Amino acid sequence: MGDIINIFIKSAFIENLALSYFLGMCSFLAVSKSVKTAIGLGLAVIFVNGLTIPLNWLLDHYLLNDFFGQDLTFLRFIIFISTIAALVQLVEMVVEKVSPSLYNSLGIFLPLITVNCAILGASLFMITKEYNFAQSVSFGLGGGFGWFLAIVAIAGIREKMQYSHVPAPLRGLGMAFFLTGLMGMAFMGLMGIDPAAFK
Amino acid sequence: MAEVLTKKEAGAFSFGKEEKKLLTDPLNDNNPITVQVLGVCSALAVTTLVSKAIVMGIAVIFVTALANLFTSLLRNYIPKSIRMIVQLVIIAFLVTVVELALKAVNYPIWKDLSVFIGLIITNCIVMGRLEAFAMANKPWKSFLDGIGNGVGYAIILVMVAVVRELFGKGSLLDFKIIGSTPEYLLNTTSTAWLSWYSPNNLLVLSPAAMFIVAIIIWIQRSRNAKLVDIS
Repeated sequence: MGDIINIFIKSAFIENLALSYFLGMCSFLAVSKSVKTAIGLGLAVIFVNGLTIPLNWLLDHYLLNDFFGQDLTFLRFIIFISTIAALVQLVEMVVEKVSPSLYNSLGIFLPLITVNCAILGASLFMITKEYNFAQSVSFGLGGGFGWFLAIVAIAGIREKMQYSHVPAPLRGLGMAFFLTGLMGMAFMGLMGIDPAAFK
Repeated sequence: MAEVLTKKEAGAFSFGKEEKKLLTDPLNDNNPITVQVLGVCSALAVTTLVSKAIVMGIAVIFVTALANLFTSLLRNYIPKSIRMIVQLVIIAFLVTVVELALKAVNYPIWKDLSVFIGLIITNCIVMGRLEAFAMANKPWKSFLDGIGNGVGYAIILVMVAVVRELFGKGSLLDFKIIGSTPEYLLNTTSTAWLSWYSPNNLLVLSPAAMFIVAIIIWIQRSRNAKLVDIS
């Protein structure tokens, strides 16, 4: 149990997908103009990350590693990305039927998530770190949560930034890069946390 | 018959002003990283060494060019509702080819790049160009557009990597240039000027890449007023 909490803390803060590995930067920079939309995308990422990583774990262990005696791991990329794309489309349909209000707030962001490298990156990290099933569930949720925190924080800063006098060529994108870099340095301070203390 | 065919082919593969623009536009005015903001993730992670950046650049040029070509060939047969999955399968196939080839040719670099070769699949440049260009244009033009965008991406990657490796590690392509005295010059007397600079480790860490890209954007936009963000 301690192990699972440990992985959650580690993936959310110390090895933050957005600010330590800089994954999912395209949507991170494009959607962080206001806090409200950032929260929508962040929630969608937690949801999809938490679902696809355990699913990809199951597929990898029961289908690819030993397919009637064949090693099919070279198909990993194709299987993983198809799972993500299919799941995102499925989730979109289910959410639309079950809760139209949630669908309206998430609507635009769900398809965007398919090409969010944080999701595929987390799936591939889950393989290289050799987690078991319970650990991969925790890693998926923790990674999504860390990404959520990062995008909401940067959106807050960018909203405040509108009241500052930024040199014209740096306005918008340039400043967003500087801010993300500074946030990344701030998050490096969290590397000092000893995850073993939470056991 | 043969003559007619060659004439038709020449028309299909012509290289005029329009085609040249497709190749040169992404290098500056419409650069994938600094203007379209596509494919930033991998740009930050693989730029600690120039050699890694070059390999990654070549891999992305290969994937964008061929994915654009294949998608454009199939564009009339792909149903709208599942086009994302079809595109992703095309990209994933090409990336798997690149990954296996790199693993066979240069194992140490493959190991260094680790998951980032796989992440070309979700590199927004590839997907973005497929959606914005290849789904609506002829194969030859899409192919050129793919090459142009791949090269535009590779240029920024190499620029960032040169700064990071030169000032972060004091070397270029693993060849010592500044910083501590290189081993092969240790016994000579005239090398003091080489060691005035001590490499700054901050530049090897990933936030530095963000700053360097931001500075590139800053320089580019102050030279080109069209690109300035008005909002």
